[in-house]
Amino acid sequence: MSRSPERVPRGVSGARFAPAFLLLLGLAATPLGPACAAEPGRGFGLGRPATAEEIRAWDIDVRPDGRGLPEGSGTAAEGEPIFADKCASCHGDFAEGLDRWTALAGGVGTLQSDNPVRTIGSYWPYLSTAYDYIFRAMPFGNAQSLKPDEVYALIAYILLMNGIIADDRFALSNENFNSVRLPNENNFIEDNRPDTATLKDGEPCMNDCKPQVEVTMRARVLDVTPENDDNGAAKRAIE
Amino acid sequence: MSRNKKPSIEAGSSGSRRAFLRSSIAAGGALVAGSSSARAQSDTAITQVQDWARRLGKGVDRTAYGQPSPHEKDVVRRHVEWLTPSVQTAVNFTPLHELDGIITPNGLCFERHHAGVAEVEPDKYRLMINGLVERPLVFTLDDLKRFPRRNQINFLECAANTGMEWRGVQLNGCQFTHGMLHNVMYTGVPLRLLFEAAGLKTSARWVMAEGADASAMNRSLPMSKALDDCMIAFKMNGEALRPEQGYPARLVVPGWEGSLWVKWIRRLEIGDEPWHSREETSKYTDLLANGKSRRFTWEMDCKSVITSPSPQAPVKHKRGQTVITGLAWSGRGTIARVDVSLDGGRNWVAARIDGPSLDKSLHRFYYDFDWNGEAVLLQSRAVDSSGYIQPTKAELRQVRGTNSVYHNNSIQTWYLKKNGEVENVEIS
Repeated sequence: MSRSPERVPRGVSGARFAPAFLLLLGLAATPLGPACAAEPGRGFGLGRPATAEEIRAWDIDVRPDGRGLPEGSGTAAEGEPIFADKCASCHGDFAEGLDRWTALAGGVGTLQSDNPVRTIGSYWPYLSTAYDYIFRAMPFGNAQSLKPDEVYALIAYILLMNGIIADDRFALSNENFNSVRLPNENNFIEDNRPDTATLKDGEPCMNDCKPQVEVTMRARVLDVTPENDDNGAAKRAIE
Repeated sequence: MSRNKKPSIEAGSSGSRRAFLRSSIAAGGALVAGSSSARAQSDTAITQVQDWARRLGKGVDRTAYGQPSPHEKDVVRRHVEWLTPSVQTAVNFTPLHELDGIITPNGLCFERHHAGVAEVEPDKYRLMINGLVERPLVFTLDDLKRFPRRNQINFLECAANTGMEWRGVQLNGCQFTHGMLHNVMYTGVPLRLLFEAAGLKTSARWVMAEGADASAMNRSLPMSKALDDCMIAFKMNGEALRPEQGYPARLVVPGWEGSLWVKWIRRLEIGDEPWHSREETSKYTDLLANGKSRRFTWEMDCKSVITSPSPQAPVKHKRGQTVITGLAWSGRGTIARVDVSLDGGRNWVAARIDGPSLDKSLHRFYYDFDWNGEAVLLQSRAVDSSGYIQPTKAELRQVRGTNSVYHNNSIQTWYLKKNGEVENVEIS
């Protein structure tokens, strides 16, 4: 029943989309009962229209193409005192990161090292992510409190700390936002797993798979398990 | 007193060598009284009338919501303080070494938050669908519960599970190496039904899921996956979601990394491109040795681990009949087989999978053997229904390097020593 064409949502009959969608309907095999099959498949009359004001209140996301950026502007010079007031206690005066809190600047040239430092300047592909994240989640514990001009000013300050802009009077705005590109944008690739053996490469070995086995590393040497945490050994965090 | 009583493992010291030795001695002492080789001395657990056999027990309603036995007080989630900068952005770990079967009890499911637990009032809960739809809609919790429901059992694994072990062993316990994992039966509404209600536009290719917490956690999801098997769940293991698991409603994304399973979900925006949110660019991307990073690495690869014996679950009975048990799972389907090695991967034997074998769910395996009391290097290796073979650490490092953080599904080695103690080790 769930495979009948009537159950395809309105407007998804685009040529590129339809085959995948129909295939998925078959795979999903959703165990909907007869009562569902009797419904028109248009939402069962549930929910109500969202008002424009409601959508404005929650639709806070920003995409790499700039969609979602609110009107506003700010300079690094304007951002510096805001950063000092609202961000520096965790991220450091110069966005270098304090303790285990995230560094937002620096790290260029470290990605192939044993200690890669992933900052907005060294790692992030898109600047839009900074706007999206700063407004929705920062300052930590006082989210969604910044004005657009403040967010632009903070991003300008972070760009200055990363050496991506040089002028602290440059006004970053929704108009020129997409003119700023981050240096690591082109170093992201699509998922190409599986990247290790599958049965196509042969059955897994069952006997005499390798020569003598020796223990090469022991957790007790580092001994950073919480219950055992009585020495100051190096600890590698997950960030 | 009773030889079945758990040895006195003290809270906060259960992993230490001292605690292990104490408990071994305690268990050994009890064994003398209860073992068949000491029949001359009768077991007072039998010959004496126990308190619980003489006196009335507690009546009903003593605890309106039932709690585990006080003897199980150490079976709890634990966190590793140094991993994260604050408890609001921290993770704790499921005590896998103490669990059996495939279902994780709700109170033991690991927690991972980005801004603490949102305490959403159910009467003020709203789910909005907007973007490339014919009819932007708002649903209340009651609205969601009037849609046709679906039940499915799925594992949720954080992409960073085992992430601390990329460069070498450092955590001595299955709870800490593999405990960002749980397996729950969800009840909820397929996203497909909600999207039908709103009417997808022809350009609809992506969904952004957004939480109501103070990080407004957001992730992009391809429409094909959303329509396939994703749902908004409001029940876990039959009861309302726990607050720390997204009460009153969360996204379920079977087989894909945990951070996609947005908790306290408030909004689904439909779009034609992904959003590249912070949690899919700065985080949850996999840095390779050459400096390139994989993105949108959603699928959780086939993985297994022996949960007992393990460092927090040593063998206390000396040689003889021994149960090896563990978990296997894959984001690509079911588990076809699990092999166990006692010699660090030189030789393998088939383990026995017991219990339900469900799509994108934990599988429970056992290997029952007669331990000769000699040191053993324990490993497990799973193969899933797609033919994917769980790799060794060396194989994974060869293709990924050691900076990936995420998606470490390599074979785990536990060193079972003659005295029954178990240690997390790496081998040649």
